[in-house]
Formats: sequence, structure tokens, C-alpha cells
Amino acid sequence: MSDNISREVAEAHWSKTKRLMIITLVIWAFFSFFIHFFVVQLNNIVILGFPLGFYMAAQGSLIVFVVLIFWFASRQNAIDEEFGVAED
Amino acid sequence: MALSMKGDFTDNLGKIYGIYVGGFFGFVVLMAILSMVGVPDRFILWSYMAMTIGIYAFIGIMSRTAVVTEYYVAGRSVPAIYNGMATGADWMSGASFVGMAGTLFVLGYDGLAFVLGWTGGYVLVAVLLAPYLRKFGAYTVPDFLGTRYNGNAARLVGIVVLFCCSFTYITAQVYASGIIASQFLGIDFEIAVFAGLLGILVCSMLGGMKAVTWTQVAQYIVLIVAYLLPAIWMSTVQFGIPIPQLTYGGALSKIAEYEQILGVAKAHVAPFTTYSPKDYFFLIFCLMVGTASLPHILMRFFTTPTVREARKSVGWSLFFIFLLYFTAPAYAAFSKFNLMGLFANAEGLQLAFTAIPQWMLNWGSIEGHQLVTICGVKAETVMAIQTACEAKGFVGGFPYAELKLNNDMIVLSTPSIAGMPIWVVGLVGAGGFAAALSTADGLLLAIANALSHDVYYKMIDPKADTKRRLLISKILLVVVALAAAFLARTKPSDILSMVAWAFSIAAAGLFAPLVLGVWWKRTTSMGAILGMTAGFCTTMYYLIGNVYGFDLTKGTGDEIVWFGVASISAGVFGVPVAFIVTYLVSLVTPEPSQEMQDFVDRLRLPGGAQMMVQGADD
Repeated sequence: MSDNISREVAEAHWSKTKRLMIITLVIWAFFSFFIHFFVVQLNNIVILGFPLGFYMAAQGSLIVFVVLIFWFASRQNAIDEEFGVAED
Repeated sequence: MALSMKGDFTDNLGKIYGIYVGGFFGFVVLMAILSMVGVPDRFILWSYMAMTIGIYAFIGIMSRTAVVTEYYVAGRSVPAIYNGMATGADWMSGASFVGMAGTLFVLGYDGLAFVLGWTGGYVLVAVLLAPYLRKFGAYTVPDFLGTRYNGNAARLVGIVVLFCCSFTYITAQVYASGIIASQFLGIDFEIAVFAGLLGILVCSMLGGMKAVTWTQVAQYIVLIVAYLLPAIWMSTVQFGIPIPQLTYGGALSKIAEYEQILGVAKAHVAPFTTYSPKDYFFLIFCLMVGTASLPHILMRFFTTPTVREARKSVGWSLFFIFLLYFTAPAYAAFSKFNLMGLFANAEGLQLAFTAIPQWMLNWGSIEGHQLVTICGVKAETVMAIQTACEAKGFVGGFPYAELKLNNDMIVLSTPSIAGMPIWVVGLVGAGGFAAALSTADGLLLAIANALSHDVYYKMIDPKADTKRRLLISKILLVVVALAAAFLARTKPSDILSMVAWAFSIAAAGLFAPLVLGVWWKRTTSMGAILGMTAGFCTTMYYLIGNVYGFDLTKGTGDEIVWFGVASISAGVFGVPVAFIVTYLVSLVTPEPSQEMQDFVDRLRLPGGAQMMVQGADD
């Protein structure tokens, strides 16, 4: 392997990266699909005129996606730095 | 100046775009003043178009370049936040700007499948693809496929998929820019298409990705201001708070009341009135996976300086897209509330013929389109409407159910529906035009770069020098643009569903080989090639078979339907097929060479040099 990084370090880095990937995608799947299965029930809750089921699809999930990506980017950075494989 | 610009330009981005934003607001204020002192409307609309296109052309010419890395990947010097804006403009097409709110207006909750599908896919981009593609350092998406899967077979399949999805998409953009130009400038559609084309070419031809990036940033600013301003206006007028995304809950409750009064069966917030739950979730899936596979989006993340910036840049991209998409439902709600109010507050719940607002007639009488229909006829004159309605037994006025608005006019007409002045109308037109141009430019570059870099340079003439490669690329750019314009001129009827098809095609053909190429070392070249082909062919077979049948004529009864899936969700078949075929074939073919496995290992580590060195002259 090039870049002077040992195979063990690279593997440990990748297994942490994979775990972060799975966590992020589970959250993604929850807000992309799962929560919207319950739109009919959620619509019975109305906040400021917004039925909650409608709100989640129109705004709630979107906000989660934006925050999720920034959170993921900072977590991945921390992992890269922990194993000394980040860019200079 | 242009030659010494690079260093100065990227160092001074904040200042340059600060001045630009200030200048743009100054221009809008000037237009507002001119319209108040009675300058003709036509002059104001033309000024908006001329001014914005002039600016884009100026940026395009200033960013001209003869350096290959600048031409293909903007010199890899675009900071995350600016790349986010450029991606936002690249992403939000004429259809998003013009059609999204209209779709939500008509479909209510079910239309939110588009809002969800067109945002959530960025999580996949950030996690699965963008950082790794950036580390690799390719110029194009087929470039990555060709290297990871050893050779030109994979590259060629990638190019075919890229061409099919991007070309259908770009035709829709040229068509949209033609429609907007013809409506706002009052010129013939056929001429307007070529006017739009000129606007597109002037941004991309001289400076490639570098020029497109910096014009897209400028276009994003125009389109987001044009989208937010009317929504903020309506929110302030109706609820006294200038945050439409917060106040439209009030409009939603009012709409529910009006629906009761007017006896509208489909409630705006009720789910699954148009789509079945299956259609709804399949559509979200296809749009999301398609987002993570569209080459013109992926290649935007090749332009950041580092892998870290590439990740962050996906976050910024989604943030800037989010600003428009979370406003669209507000737009739809305010327009619906305004319109239903006309009927709910009228006597006998019928809008009197004498009270028909002028905008209905203005939009209704646009030639060649059925934008406003009342009692089944094109809303051209009060007389025509009255005759048609009386024939249906409505005397004195007509009920809400007899009014039909085309999806595509909701955003463009909202300023006039809500009684806003002409300078807002012109601003919205300029915004829609910016949205169509910026997406068209991104797509055009994706196609021309794949043809010039992958087909010509990598497959036909690997010895070609820089000058020749750039010349070929520019010629191809014009050829592809002209082809798209000629196709758009025939007004293909299915143009909007074709945009949704592009997502399914991209998802089925490209998602599996890209993701597995990074995440599963065991993926072999044969597996990827057969997987791509199988996914792409399955989706194309279903699309053509479902929409036209195999005599290629609509409605002749030989159309196929599998499990009742709609054609816009055709990707639900192709994506799993691509994964399964890639997996199975990879297992039965010998595992990739040690070098390839080391290559994937290096791809996964952000540090170390960029992997692909493109040649001494780059």
C-alpha cells in the first residue's frame, strides 16, 4: 500500500467508515420512507395549521437531510483524523 | 484580465459576488421605480432578460480558458459553499422552478413525493459516492467506470447510459427556456428556442466547467431571489409575517375550510388521493437513487479542492436546494388559498362572468397552450367562456370545479394572481430562465465532456494534444445543443415525464456499478458491465413497453404493465436487477487483480495524492 499507511490502520479506518455509513443510511431511510407510512395517523396532529404528516414530507424530513449531511461530514472528518488519513 | 483572473478571482469570490448581489438588487429597485413612473411593461420584461443574459455572457467570456483541468473540472478550485450554489442551480431545472409548485397545487400531499425524492438523494451522494469520486480525480463519470472496470467496454456502456439520461433531460430544458422566452418577450416559440440556445452556449462554450460554475453561482442567486420574493410578499400581505414557510399552515387551514364550502372531494393535505401508496414510495425511491446517479450532478463534486470539501459541499448543495423546495409547498398553498377564496367568497359560490380576473384571460389566450381552461374551453374571452358555461347550465358565473389551470403556469402567474406589479413578474420570469439555462449548461457539458474526453481522447485518439481536445469538445457542445434544440422545436408531448424517466434510466444504469465499485472490492469488470447493461435494458424495456408498447405508438393496447408500476417509477425494476446481476456475475468470475484491490483501498482513504494523473499538459 502506498501513502505510508499500514494495512491494519486502513482496515480499522474502513470499518469505522462503514459503520458511519450504515448509521447515516438508517436515519436516511427512516425519514425518507418509514415515517411517511404513518402519514394518515400523523395528520391528526395539527401544529400552527400544519397537519404533522404533511409537514414531515414538506419540511421536516428535508431539514433532517440537510443536518444529517453536515453531521455525517464532520463525523467522517473526525474518523479520518483519528486514523491519520485526512488530507494535509 | 481574463488570463490573470484565476488567482485573483477565486481569492476574491466573496467580494465579487457581494458586488454582484448588490448590483442585482439595485437593478430590481430600478425596475420597480421605472414601473411606477409608467415605463411600458414590455420594456421592463425585456430589460430583465437582456440584463441577466448579459451578465451570464460576461461571466462566461471572462472565464474563458485553454487549460484542460479548468475546462473539465474548473481547475479543482471551487470552495464548498460556491460549489453548493452551483450544484443548486445545476440541479433545479426549469421544471423545478416552473412546475414544482404547480404540481403541489394540483396534487396536494401526493406531489410531495417530488420534494422528498429530489432532496433525500443527496444523502446517498454524500455518503456513498462524492468523496470517493473526488479522491479518484476523474474528469467524467465514464472515466471512473473505465478505470475501475479495466477498459473501454465499461466506459462505453457508461457513455450510452449517460447520453440517454442527459439528452432527454436537456431537451426538456431547452423546451422550457423557449417557453419562458416566448411568453416574456412575446416572440415566436420557434425563434425563442434558439434565443434560449444562444443563452446556454454563451455560458459554456468558451470556458467549459470553469465558466459554467461561475455563471451557475450567479444564476442561483437570481433564481432563489425570484422564487422567494413573491412567497415572502404573499406571506406578509396575508399573515403579517415575512416567513412563508412558517405561515402557510394558516393557508392550509383556510384551504381545508374552503374545500368544505366548495365541496372539493380531494383534500389538499390528504395522502394518496392521486398516487397509490406504492406509486408514491416507488417514485421517491427512483428520484433519490436517480439523484445519486445523474452524471451532471456527480461531476460537480469533481471540482472541489479536497475530499473533505467535496463532502461538505454536498451539504451546502442540499441546503441551497432546500431553500427552494421548502418554499414550493408554501407557494402552492398561497396560490390555492387565493384562488379558492375568489369562489368561496362569491355569491352562490360561483365566480361571475363580469368578475373574471384579467390574468385568467391573459394566460388563457397564449397561443398553442391550454394554460387556463374554463367550462372546457380555452379562456380567451369572456364571451367564449360565458357561451361554454351557459351550455353547461351555469348562468351568471361558474363554479370552482370548472376552472382548470396548467401546472406549469402556477409559479409564473402567481405574481399576477396575487396582484403584484410588473417588476415582480419580470423578476420571476428571469428566475425561471436562469433555472432552465443553468441546468441545460450542466447537462450539455456532461454530454460533450463524455464524448470528447472518453470517446475521442480515450478511445479514438489518445495522442491528441490539448488544443485539439478542447476544440473537439467545443464543436461537440454546439452539435449536441443544436440537436436538443431541433428536438425541442417539435414540442414532444411527453417532455415532462421524460425528465422523470431520466432519473430512472440513470438510477438503473449507473448506481450499482458506481456504489459497488467503491464499497465492494470483489466487483469484477464483467460483473459491472453486465450489471449496468441488464439494469439499463430492463428499465428501457419497461419504459418503452409501458408508455408506447412495442409498435411505438401510444394507446394501441399492446402496452405492458408489471405489478401496476407507473412509467416514472421504471427504475424500481432496473436498480435491483443491476445489483443482482453485478453480484452474481462477480462471484462466478475471477476476483479482481491485486493492483485493482489496492486501487480500491487507496480510493477509500482521503489522504495522499489524487489518484488519476491526467497527463503532463493538464
